[in-house]
Amino acid sequence: MGRQKPYDGVVVCAPVTVPYARYSDKTAHWWTGSALAALSRQTGLGPEDFDGFCFASFSAGPDTVVGMVQHLGLSPRWMDHIPTGGASGVMALRRAARAVQMGDADIVACVAADTNQIDSFRQTLQGFSRFSQDATYPYGFGGPNATFALIADNFMREYGVSRDDFAKLCVAQRDNALSNPFALMKKPLTHDQYMQARPISDPIHLFDCVMPCAGAEAFIVTTPEKARDLGLSTARLAATIERHNAFPEDPVQTRGGWARDIDDLWSAAGCGPQDMDMVQLYDDYPVIVAMQLADLGFCEKPELSRFIADNDFTISGSLPLNTNGGQLSAGQAGAAGGFQNVTEGLRQILQTPLGDQVPDAKRALISGFGLVNYDRGICTGAAVLEQEVLR
Amino acid sequence: MSEPLTPPKRKDPLVVTRAGHVPPALRSRAATAMAARAGLGRFVLQVCDDCARATYPQRDRCPFCWGELRWQDQPDGAVIEAETTIRSSIDLFFKDHLPWRVGSARLDAGPMATVHLHGDVGQGDRVKIELKLDRSGNPALFAMPEKETPHMADDPQLRVFTADPKYRRVLVTDGRTATGQAVAEALLKAGAKTVFLGNADPLMRYPGQDRIEATAGIEPVRLSLTDTRSIEALAGQLGGRVDIVVNTAQFSRQGGVGFGGNLNDLQSGLDLEVTGLMRLAQGFAPALSGRSDDGDRSAAAFVDIASIHGLTGRAGFAGSSAAAAARLSLLASLRGEMARTGIRVISVLTGPVDDGWHQNVPPPKTAPAQIARAVVTALQQGQETICADEVAKDVLTRWQDDPLLTIREENK
Repeated sequence: MGRQKPYDGVVVCAPVTVPYARYSDKTAHWWTGSALAALSRQTGLGPEDFDGFCFASFSAGPDTVVGMVQHLGLSPRWMDHIPTGGASGVMALRRAARAVQMGDADIVACVAADTNQIDSFRQTLQGFSRFSQDATYPYGFGGPNATFALIADNFMREYGVSRDDFAKLCVAQRDNALSNPFALMKKPLTHDQYMQARPISDPIHLFDCVMPCAGAEAFIVTTPEKARDLGLSTARLAATIERHNAFPEDPVQTRGGWARDIDDLWSAAGCGPQDMDMVQLYDDYPVIVAMQLADLGFCEKPELSRFIADNDFTISGSLPLNTNGGQLSAGQAGAAGGFQNVTEGLRQILQTPLGDQVPDAKRALISGFGLVNYDRGICTGAAVLEQEVLR
Repeated sequence: MSEPLTPPKRKDPLVVTRAGHVPPALRSRAATAMAARAGLGRFVLQVCDDCARATYPQRDRCPFCWGELRWQDQPDGAVIEAETTIRSSIDLFFKDHLPWRVGSARLDAGPMATVHLHGDVGQGDRVKIELKLDRSGNPALFAMPEKETPHMADDPQLRVFTADPKYRRVLVTDGRTATGQAVAEALLKAGAKTVFLGNADPLMRYPGQDRIEATAGIEPVRLSLTDTRSIEALAGQLGGRVDIVVNTAQFSRQGGVGFGGNLNDLQSGLDLEVTGLMRLAQGFAPALSGRSDDGDRSAAAFVDIASIHGLTGRAGFAGSSAAAAARLSLLASLRGEMARTGIRVISVLTGPVDDGWHQNVPPPKTAPAQIARAVVTALQQGQETICADEVAKDVLTRWQDDPLLTIREENK
């Protein structure tokens, strides 16, 4: 496999989060417009100024990026629609970066937005994928909870990971969320509360599950020159990986596509896990966080329990994890859930956090995981972001 | 072991009956094709024409080499690799049936599958996978214990996929025939609480009457399928209490079409078997549907017994076969309607019944006891189509293989 070419001449900037709402009577179009309006406030740019638009959403139907472009008055010369939910942030970053680098666009707005109306979660699930329609939902209709329960049941047995280990991750994320004014979860979570929560789909309990909500996330990918003209702080993209449907032969998912490509990521980035000032991992269920910690090279799977015990995952800890609280504590706004790891990592290294600042944050590892098409997450990706210029 | 089912308590008339929701019913065409085979009690998966590997979930091309897929019977063993107990669901059916157990099964045939779990199986167990139909008539993989366990059929999750007659109340439409009586007795033996046994003409005695009507659990009722009012009256009286309807009515007469056919026989046959079936369905389908999720004594099935020759026609029994054809057609439509309400529509197919109207037909013929056995098996298994005997099996096999050829053969 050829080595990844560097992302020279590309910067990432202007992270935006539109405050989440548990339920919203607004549409995905409204939330998308809100994100663009927030970008506009930060940059002074209007609809005619963005020549690239990259969009992710589950609830914009029947519209795709096409409908959204006309709805919101954009006239891009490059656009893309990313249907991969939790992996959409990293994928948008990769696609927009190459478009800018090759001159297909100068300034790309990457937006993920979803609404959460009464009953829209059930409706999204019902039409989610053909395999889940045929072969998952008729089996108890536990939604993603049941699918991840099967993955967790197997993972915990296979690698000796316990609920106590998951508790530590969830409690740390909640701690992180408390300084984030936009987080839906406002109260501290104790280890005991986590352990005593009601079971949802064994071994998944209440605090292993995210809170579906409405919201939007956005960022800009552009050239260093353009960012300078706009007076924006910038980060550079050190390296990325992406893989879909890796290891279909594994009976129950115990690893994601990262496990296949992780050496490429670190060698292209020129650094390693020990160099990361924080990790922003897809966290719809702590078992997936644990899986990523191992697959991304922080430890081996049998050592996970030990690794979790030895580290502090709060903002001031040894390995800050999901510093905005993650989806578990900030909320999961559909596809925007796959963007918040990018915007939060970006904000920390650009020194503009929503809540507390990770001390001396220069490098962030972002990881995405998306789309349980049947019995496992299909889409995975990761990116290393580095602080470039603070303005 | 499963908790043995106890006789359901008398229903509290003040408690609202649970609406008969069905699990999510939307399926791809490939999944529907699997349902068609599940209805016959087969365990099938798609196998690639080129690389011969089995695949699941249902696909339209092979994921290993992109070859064409065909349905094939497959080994039904499996190992449960992971399990979960679902305690929260936003589906209208499942939220009333929690907790619900599912597992990840590694099928001996190759693929992994999410399956329903019988109460006696769990992670690490070797199991036998049955391909069932769920309440919406869609295919469902169900992991059963490898060996029989005590009260295995009483598992509450399994009972959602069957129509077991145990403790249920059944209406058998025609008790005047040997078939009706055999079916009634077999149902009682299988644990049915009551069999309401239809009699179209209470003033006329019939063979076996004293014995059958003296049997504990039998309640004779007045019912004529050719009389709409009699059905309306009975449905008004029993609608809320009948859990299974078994239509045993048959009017078989010898005769051709251009030669030796009798128009009166044809008309009588159509009135009893075809119009009669629709009258019966109109009388009882709404009541059955309204109680399809009513706990241990929920209404469960509508069973119809018809000649296999409804599929092909038959030389010498042209009119009867035409009636059977119309009957099968009505039943298929009824099945589609009842799939929305959670009631199984079961078709028991027979060869020529060993009765006075088939004296000239050489053996093998279908004994009433065989029909009775098929009715009970289909209910216990939740199977949609079942052949009562070897003749029916033979015709069905040939018809599935080459329908046009079989039609020719049967009308020679």
